[in-house]
Amino acid sequence: MADIVLQNLSKSFGKVQALQDLSLTIPDGSFVVLLGPTGAGKTTLLRLVAGLERADQGDIIIGGQSVRDYTPAQRNMAMVFQQYSLYPHLTVRENMEFPLKSPLLKTPRDEMNRKVAEVAQMLQISHKLDNRATALSGGEMQRVSIGRALVRSPLAYLMDEPLSSLDAKLRADLRVELKNIQANLGATFIYVTHDQIEAMTMATHIGVLQEGRLVQFGTPREIYEQPVSIYAASRLGQPHINILPADLFGPAPARAVYIGLRPEHIRQGQGMESTVKRVERLGDQTRLHLEIAGQGLVTVTDAHTSLTAGDIVKIQPQNAYYFDASGNRIV
Amino acid sequence: MAQIVIKNLRKEFGAFTAVQSSSFTIEDGEFFMLLGPSGCGKTTTLRMIAGLELPTSGEIFINGDEVSQKPASQRDIAFVFQMFALYPHMNVRKNISYPLISQGMPRQMVRAKVAEVADILGITHILDKPVGGLSGGDRQRVALGRAIVRDPACFLMDEPLGALDAEFREHMAVELRALHDRMGATTVYVTHDQLEAMQMGDKIAVMNHGVVEQFGKPQDIYDWPATTFVARFIGSPAMNLLAFEGALAAGAVQVDLGGAGVEMPALRQGASGALHLGLRPEYVTLDDAAPYRGCVTGVEYLGATQIITLETLCGPIKARMSSDVIVPMGAQTGLRFDARAISIFGHDGRAVLSAVNEKVLSHG
Repeated sequence: MADIVLQNLSKSFGKVQALQDLSLTIPDGSFVVLLGPTGAGKTTLLRLVAGLERADQGDIIIGGQSVRDYTPAQRNMAMVFQQYSLYPHLTVRENMEFPLKSPLLKTPRDEMNRKVAEVAQMLQISHKLDNRATALSGGEMQRVSIGRALVRSPLAYLMDEPLSSLDAKLRADLRVELKNIQANLGATFIYVTHDQIEAMTMATHIGVLQEGRLVQFGTPREIYEQPVSIYAASRLGQPHINILPADLFGPAPARAVYIGLRPEHIRQGQGMESTVKRVERLGDQTRLHLEIAGQGLVTVTDAHTSLTAGDIVKIQPQNAYYFDASGNRIV
Repeated sequence: MAQIVIKNLRKEFGAFTAVQSSSFTIEDGEFFMLLGPSGCGKTTTLRMIAGLELPTSGEIFINGDEVSQKPASQRDIAFVFQMFALYPHMNVRKNISYPLISQGMPRQMVRAKVAEVADILGITHILDKPVGGLSGGDRQRVALGRAIVRDPACFLMDEPLGALDAEFREHMAVELRALHDRMGATTVYVTHDQLEAMQMGDKIAVMNHGVVEQFGKPQDIYDWPATTFVARFIGSPAMNLLAFEGALAAGAVQVDLGGAGVEMPALRQGASGALHLGLRPEYVTLDDAAPYRGCVTGVEYLGATQIITLETLCGPIKARMSSDVIVPMGAQTGLRFDARAISIFGHDGRAVLSAVNEKVLSHG
């Protein structure tokens, strides 16, 4: 096992620059989540590592060796696609065994049985092992395709939004399972998502991508607590970070154009008066939509608050972030 | 303006019963959510209110008028479908005008009406654009405009935000609710997303297998679920449900969880057999002195808060707390429960009435 080092990767598709001079070291045994909206370059990056695309420039180094010219098979990565692709004429068991039967691996029968049973149990599909792949629901098929990757012990697992087609309950279960699998195996995962809950709960490291560039790389806590820009700060946090004029609450640092306030950065009970526009009860917390000096912002308060629309709440920033005109953080 | 009363509404498709004898009342001006997993009967219920399906039995009153056998066109409602179908060859103005023109409204009035609706939706600047080049959000707004422009007594919406990505859905949910607050028309809204239902609804009817499991205000349903189904379906993570065998008399104020005594609100009814203790994750705290114990098997960082998963004698339990607290994996710890938030569920999965939930559950 070894770190995966991406050096100055660039990739264009026609006029579209999908990745621009991207460098990143994926530590051995880490769970790296690539986060960003559609078009940020997440999937392209994954496909470059897998060997399904070739970089225009740059190199990928694994264990000191360039794998630039390696075929996908030689790179020994297991990939799970967003759209599952199973062998329709095979059973679930046969689909999951398939990678183990590769001439490169020649896995003994009893080890194969053990592996498949173990992974099937983790993914809650043991009872479906002898069904045809086509006789499954969408969610089950996606679990089989994850299972087909997990039976192997590759250099890294590459997953492209593997949970996005599953329902909320199963997604929450598998989030925990995948995280445990990764931790127990000490395996390296590179995982693409635009679901911030997946990113925060599963990742050891998050890479924030913006228009083909890596803008921040760090632990979920670092990205959440020390974002480098408005863009990075907006990737994580529900409700969204509030971005307001820097001097709304008083003097701001030099060059500051915006103040960024997460809900926990807004202290209630003292400071400037704001008007409650709407009270949203989510059960565990209540969101307050406030208006102050013509600006809207959202914060959270006690679930059973007696506040209603039209009430006045005093608020004051606490540990706020400041950003310059181009959205970069001023530290 | 419309009040909608549903009485013993039932719908069978051949041998399959989609909706089993549902009753509830939607008050005038309410934003009402029909919530449940796929196949629970929520869309069928909506379609019966719309007049797109005829009930097998039961009644639907709109403003006191029994309409269950009337055609859709005589019900004064506007239906917004999951997949917004706009006329692709018409521009925005023509799409919105269409329902009025087909009603034979004079041109001058149509123009004024469309201008008013476009202003409410903030789409005045795109009125003369073709719908082909619009963003997803603008298409959504145009489709809403076409529903609003008729001034119906009631809007029916079937997962209108279902196809949008998470960030944009949040944004549209807030916009849609604000629109409702301005217009005040009764809205019946179908969703399978519990957060959307909590966030937007004045009232929620939670459905499962064709049955309305509970109906009431979002916070009441969250705090005091009527059944274990509702307890699991509402909230993310769901309500913790600890399984235990017991025999509890009316008046009991404590349960025994594997030898540890746990305080709870006084029960108004007795219960025995295979029971569940229900408690939301934010009412569980870690306290080494507490007798009921668990082992930490998961730590999920969520920014300001974190979710800790623990394995305990009566099943797994999740606790939500500030992410400032460092909780190591594998740690053994005591768990303290906030007694005021505890529900007990009987062997039939229904909540046992207690001093704290009776106000919500006894009239529902």
